[in-house]
Amino acid sequence: MSIETLSPKSEPSRWSKAWNSNMGYSFRRNPVAVVSMAVFLLIAVAAFLAPLIAPYDPYDPGSIDIMNSEYPPAWVSGSLPEFKLGTDDQGRDLWSTILYGTRLSLLIGICAVALQAFLGISIGLIAGYVGGRLDSLLMRMADIQLSFSTLMVAIIFLAVTQAMFGTDTFNRYAVVFLIAVIGVAEWPQYARTVRATVLAEKKKEYVDSARVLGFGPMRIMVRHILPNSLSPIFVISTVQVANAIISEASLSFLGLGMPPSQPSLGSLISSGFDYIFSGSWWITAIPGVVLVVLVLVINLLGDWMRDVLNPKLYKG
Amino acid sequence: MSLLSVRDLTVKFAMRDETVTALNGISFDLAKGERLGIVGESGAGKSITGFSLMNLLSRPGFIDSGKILFEGEDVVQMNDKRLRNLRGNRMAMIFQDPMVTLNPVLTIGQQMIETLMAHRKLSREEARQIAIVKLREVYIPSPEERLEQYPHELSGGMRQRIIIAIALLLDPQLIIADEPTTALDVTIQADIMELMLELCQSNQVGLILITHDLGVVSQMTERTLVMYAGRIIEAGRTREIINDPQHPYTQGLINALPQQTLPGQRLKQIPGNMPGLTSIPTGCAFNPRCKYATDLCRSRVPEIVHYGEVEVACHEVQRLHSDEDRQEARA
Repeated sequence: MSIETLSPKSEPSRWSKAWNSNMGYSFRRNPVAVVSMAVFLLIAVAAFLAPLIAPYDPYDPGSIDIMNSEYPPAWVSGSLPEFKLGTDDQGRDLWSTILYGTRLSLLIGICAVALQAFLGISIGLIAGYVGGRLDSLLMRMADIQLSFSTLMVAIIFLAVTQAMFGTDTFNRYAVVFLIAVIGVAEWPQYARTVRATVLAEKKKEYVDSARVLGFGPMRIMVRHILPNSLSPIFVISTVQVANAIISEASLSFLGLGMPPSQPSLGSLISSGFDYIFSGSWWITAIPGVVLVVLVLVINLLGDWMRDVLNPKLYKG
Repeated sequence: MSLLSVRDLTVKFAMRDETVTALNGISFDLAKGERLGIVGESGAGKSITGFSLMNLLSRPGFIDSGKILFEGEDVVQMNDKRLRNLRGNRMAMIFQDPMVTLNPVLTIGQQMIETLMAHRKLSREEARQIAIVKLREVYIPSPEERLEQYPHELSGGMRQRIIIAIALLLDPQLIIADEPTTALDVTIQADIMELMLELCQSNQVGLILITHDLGVVSQMTERTLVMYAGRIIEAGRTREIINDPQHPYTQGLINALPQQTLPGQRLKQIPGNMPGLTSIPTGCAFNPRCKYATDLCRSRVPEIVHYGEVEVACHEVQRLHSDEDRQEARA
């Protein structure tokens, strides 16, 4: 060992700190986590760089030729070399469309979870910290929300908005509507978990000592209790991203989500579904595989995270 | 004018179908820079007293009546904003277990700087400098490095020093220390006590030391209150109370010290337990455990009377002494 590594002055970088932490160590030791992370990053990077990677722009009607429709993938006879994964029913390159669709699915999933987290964490913190009547009121609201299934709420909401605004307006703002409805429908998951952790944390003496130091309730909640409740929040977040992607896909599949002109993975699967018996299986199957792999790796990462972070606090 | 004067403080707890009295008519004064000890068994109301002084009781406890005048202002009547200004700034509190008092996810520096910036208009750098000075005052080696560390990286004694430094951060007039050394081992206990004594004396800070350790009280404080079942039963100069306790309960406490017993003998403990808050006996709360109890003790609550150098709440204090005198005369 060299002298240099022994000297206390060498400040480790943030990255090497994370790499050498318990979590970093367990990550390296867990091949499932490593592979999942690699696959997830691959999909995510490819999706977000879609405009650079994709050979065609599926949103540009000018680049689509209906005569190119339903070419099979490159390894099936009768394919065209420029469409590696074949084309869909409208003649769009499937590879480009999947890239753009994955980008949409991920975007909706992550934004919806951010909305859920914002709502759920605020409500959970307040309910847990303030307690009493307010707590009962907020938690009963959560119970009521949970007693409707997410899909049911979303279907009703989206069907009503679609009817109210007309299909054109709806299609233009479909992303926003989807994020809002998935975000609002699932906040109780966060609120309940956060409340449970806050109830445990607020009895601890560091909260008393923060009160003794004259901090206000807002500061104690956000600065002292919330950081101590983060690990279950991380775990739920991963699981919820996967759930939100599935919800979005389901809604799009039912025709209540992304329009066929701007397909997400769900609407792509749905549009191919009509052609599956006429032999064009790839329009449904390939986006389906991408969706399953994406959701699977996110769930595997969530499982790993739940095992690493305090498993006792997780009540999913 | 005294720094703190508590008058007839009564604290109750609202239970499901009744309210129980946790503190019953507590009155005492504390001069500027004075050090006061509060002793008593677990459940006597010592910690509740500490919490009430900062108006920090949370449900189901509440201050029922009485006044807590701190520098002439009544803490009981203060609104939230004034209370926040009081807490940490003019009055600070040190808790029992240093392992759990610091926030585990913030560095020492973040916690200290945040405290300073919440109360004073300071830049981050100024706050950092003050934090370093305060850490030096409590003899923390290389304070600059400690600021970057998390609580779990430090030992128990070190953490309690840091907690003391945080308590002193805003130069409060009064520190309430609730069993500050119970969770530490004996050698560190002595260090911490010495440190607190030194800091209180040099900065003219008042100290209320809540403990059940009579040794610590005799070493640290000038005056002592003895509490039993929510009442003050004896109050006076620490030296008088340790050397010549008047109340049978205080006598029992002192006799129960291991030093009072020869090796091999049983400790002289006080028989029985402290009554629960729901079942305080009528009359003097101590009467079921007291060997001097009379019918008067069982029916009427004793008034606080001056006896010799101290104030004591006991009907029989006169007789007790004449008995002792007689015994001494016989011997």
